[in-house]
Amino acid sequence: MKRVLDDDPVATIPAPAVVPETPASPRLMTLNMGPQHPSTHGVLRIMLELEGETIRKAVPDIGFLHTGIEKECEQKHWQQVVTLTDRVDYLANLSNNLVYALAVEKLLQIEIPARAQWTRVMMAELSRLNSHLVWLGTHALDIGAMSVFFYCFREREDVLRIFEMFSGQRMMTSYIRVGGLALEPPRGWEKRVGAFIRGFPSKVDEYEELLDSNPIWTRRTQGVGFISLEDMLDLGVTGPMLRGAGLKWDIRKSEPYSSYDQFDFEVPTRTENDVYARYRVRLSEMRQSARIITQALEGMPEGAWQADAPHVVLPDREKMKTQMEALIYHFKIVTEGFRVPAGEVYQCVEAPRGEIGYYIVSDGTSKPYRVHMRTPSFGNLQSLGVLLKDTLIADSIAALGSMDFVLGDTDR
Amino acid sequence: MNHSAILETHDALNERTLIADPARIADLCAYLKHDEKFVRLSAVTAVDLHPAEPRFEVIYHLHSLDKNERLRLKCRLSGGDPEIDSVYSVWRAADWYEREVFDMFGIKFRNHPNLVRILMPVDWEGYPLRKDYPVHGYKYSYPTEQTIEQSTE
Repeated sequence: MKRVLDDDPVATIPAPAVVPETPASPRLMTLNMGPQHPSTHGVLRIMLELEGETIRKAVPDIGFLHTGIEKECEQKHWQQVVTLTDRVDYLANLSNNLVYALAVEKLLQIEIPARAQWTRVMMAELSRLNSHLVWLGTHALDIGAMSVFFYCFREREDVLRIFEMFSGQRMMTSYIRVGGLALEPPRGWEKRVGAFIRGFPSKVDEYEELLDSNPIWTRRTQGVGFISLEDMLDLGVTGPMLRGAGLKWDIRKSEPYSSYDQFDFEVPTRTENDVYARYRVRLSEMRQSARIITQALEGMPEGAWQADAPHVVLPDREKMKTQMEALIYHFKIVTEGFRVPAGEVYQCVEAPRGEIGYYIVSDGTSKPYRVHMRTPSFGNLQSLGVLLKDTLIADSIAALGSMDFVLGDTDR
Repeated sequence: MNHSAILETHDALNERTLIADPARIADLCAYLKHDEKFVRLSAVTAVDLHPAEPRFEVIYHLHSLDKNERLRLKCRLSGGDPEIDSVYSVWRAADWYEREVFDMFGIKFRNHPNLVRILMPVDWEGYPLRKDYPVHGYKYSYPTEQTIEQSTE
């Protein structure tokens, strides 16, 4: 059908008055990224204000994964809280177990035998490998290098199998307990860990070769995601991001815990302070972790794997069946838990993402009065607004990934 | 360390705690950052001592990279209408830390740039980490032993 032009309603509408765009007030577009965006690795919402393709303002909105773990801790016995600490950061659960156990042991003032301390170090380093492998795989996947993901998850599977061998669990291990370990290291663990750690450094070379020989990877990471060291310190950032800016600070060196001072390792740093520097720092950290695990494997001391503290540690099964005293301790620990002397303590460790610090208050009963978790992701994510300001939206994914946050760790 | 806002000093388990005057906390923090080189604010949290009075303790964990030293500051606040000055002007890290304390304990921080809830939904009622807040929240009421007895009678 032929349309009569005179009756066209579009033609009769007067043209809108042209509003001259002044360069002083550019038109900003607000874009919601998340909470279900795949590159946020969890449930994070970021409100972006864009001028063209440039981010002028980024405001993170967190709390979607808040589960009230700190409140829950006040309802549990001291030993039961260990299982909750696993669920704070599901990629670094052993670091969380470790910091909690160290804090409570400081209040209890009990001595941990050397074998348990070394096993703790080894497990914490395996946990660091696990976390960095997941980070590297997903970060490369975000930027577009898909195959690295499969290589990283291949090695991660080996780490999870080692966890399963030690604790019976792949992810929520709860292996480090107050007073020592959950179980004696299983028979033949040296063989399994040894086979893994001998082959691991060459696998790191493999990832490095895959990524560094890829011009897309280097172009998308070098010179991207700059944030000054002063800003990071002021905003509460910790961990590999600081080391990527040249600050040689690692809690394992500066405030050694759990016999880290007996291990020989280096703190890798870079000075470029971009996404690429953070990638190189984490890659070197994996190599250093492998060194620590090798040393733990070769020099593992003999002896007890639990502290000599009958009021805290469950008695040996055989003793419990034959000795009255052991049976009484067993009954007391299982039914009401152990009591911790009143006091307060702040303990921190170097987790894969930075400083985890637990502040624990005891009122002398068998449950914690207050447990505060200073988690690295919470502090790191706070710098997001400064990190993304005036960058291109295409670079925001690379910059976000380089922070390596876990939203469960942020929201608790 | 010599500052008139410090009321007491405690040393226990190799950790130093300073009890500070809540009215002068921002002043003290600026002094600690610039003169004593505590460049990092590691964490801010609170403890509810309900029903004791003063009810709240606001706790700051400071860290000096140069001296490799940690320090705990503690301010005691009464339970009626707890308010304290924000230290955002000293460390920007205080932004989220103080919002979390506000969200969980209802302690107000004066001069904070954006004091709104951070982890809980903005329309949430009550402050979950207070000791008089039930662990299952107010929204759901689970049967207690008393109500079970009443229903069976």
